[in-house]
Amino acid sequence: MNEIPLSHLLFVSTALFFIGIFGLFTRRNMITMLMSIELILNSVNINFIVFNKYLYPEKMDGIFFTIFIIAIAAAEAAVAIAIIINLYRSHQSIDVEDAEEMRY
Amino acid sequence: MTAYQIIFYLLAAFILSTAVLSVTSRKIFRSAIWLLFSLTGIAGLYFLLQVEFIAAVQIIVYVGGIVVLVIFSIFLTQQAGRKMPNPPMIRTVASLLSVLFGFVLTWVLISQHNFHTAANEFNWTVSKIGLQMTGIGKGGYALPFEVISMLLLAAMVGCIVIAIKVPSAVSSSKSSPGTNPDQ
Repeated sequence: MNEIPLSHLLFVSTALFFIGIFGLFTRRNMITMLMSIELILNSVNINFIVFNKYLYPEKMDGIFFTIFIIAIAAAEAAVAIAIIINLYRSHQSIDVEDAEEMRY
Repeated sequence: MTAYQIIFYLLAAFILSTAVLSVTSRKIFRSAIWLLFSLTGIAGLYFLLQVEFIAAVQIIVYVGGIVVLVIFSIFLTQQAGRKMPNPPMIRTVASLLSVLFGFVLTWVLISQHNFHTAANEFNWTVSKIGLQMTGIGKGGYALPFEVISMLLLAAMVGCIVIAIKVPSAVSSSKSSPGTNPDQ
C-alpha cells in the first residue's frame, strides 16, 4: 500500500473523469454519450475506494458508496437504454440533435 | 521498481488509453469494446488494491451487465456497422481545451494537499461487508440497502413500461384488402 503514492491514483481517476467529459461533449450519438457517463461514474468509484483505503482504513464507507453507485449506475443505464429504444422507434435515429420537438 | 509498481503503471496506462480510444473511435461497436476493456482494467486495479469484492461486483455488473446491455441496444437500433461522422473541428478543439483546463485546475488543487496516509493496514472481508450492509446499529447500511432494492424494482418496471411495444389492435388487420383476388 505504501508503494504507490495516493496522488498517482488520484491522477488516474481525475484523467478518467475528464476523458469521460470530453466524450460527453464531442459525441452526438446517445449510446456513446451513455458510455462516457459510465466512464465518469467509474472514476468516482476509484476515488471512493482509494480515499477509503489510504486515509480511513478502519472504516468501510467508501466501499459501500461504491457498491451503491454501481447499483444505481446499472439501473440508470437500463432506463436510459429503454428511453433510447423508444426514441428510435419514433425518430428512426439516435442522434441527439434529431430529438428536438420539445423546443420552441 | 517493485512488481507492484510496474503492474500499477501498466494498468493505469491500459485504463486511460482504452478510455481515450473509446471516446474517440468512429465506429460505435469498437467504442463499446474499448469501454469493456477499460472497465476490465479498472477491475484489475481493484484487485491490485485488494478490494476483491468490489472487483468481482465490477466485472459482474459493469462488464457483464451494462456493456452487454449497451451492445444489445446498438444492435436493436441498427447502428453496428455504420461509421459515425466526425464532430466539427471547432467542437473538438473547444472540448479538448476545456477538458485540459479542467484537468490542470483539478490537479493543482489536489496536489496542494498533503495527504497523510494512515498507518494501520485495512482488513476488509466479505463477511464484514455483509454484516455492516445489513446492520441496523451505528454505521449500518440496512436502510440504503432496502431503498436501493426498491429503486431497482422501480427501474425494472419503468424500463418495461417505456420500451414495451403496444400490440396493434387485431380487428384492423382483419379488414385488410386481399378479399378480392379476381381483380
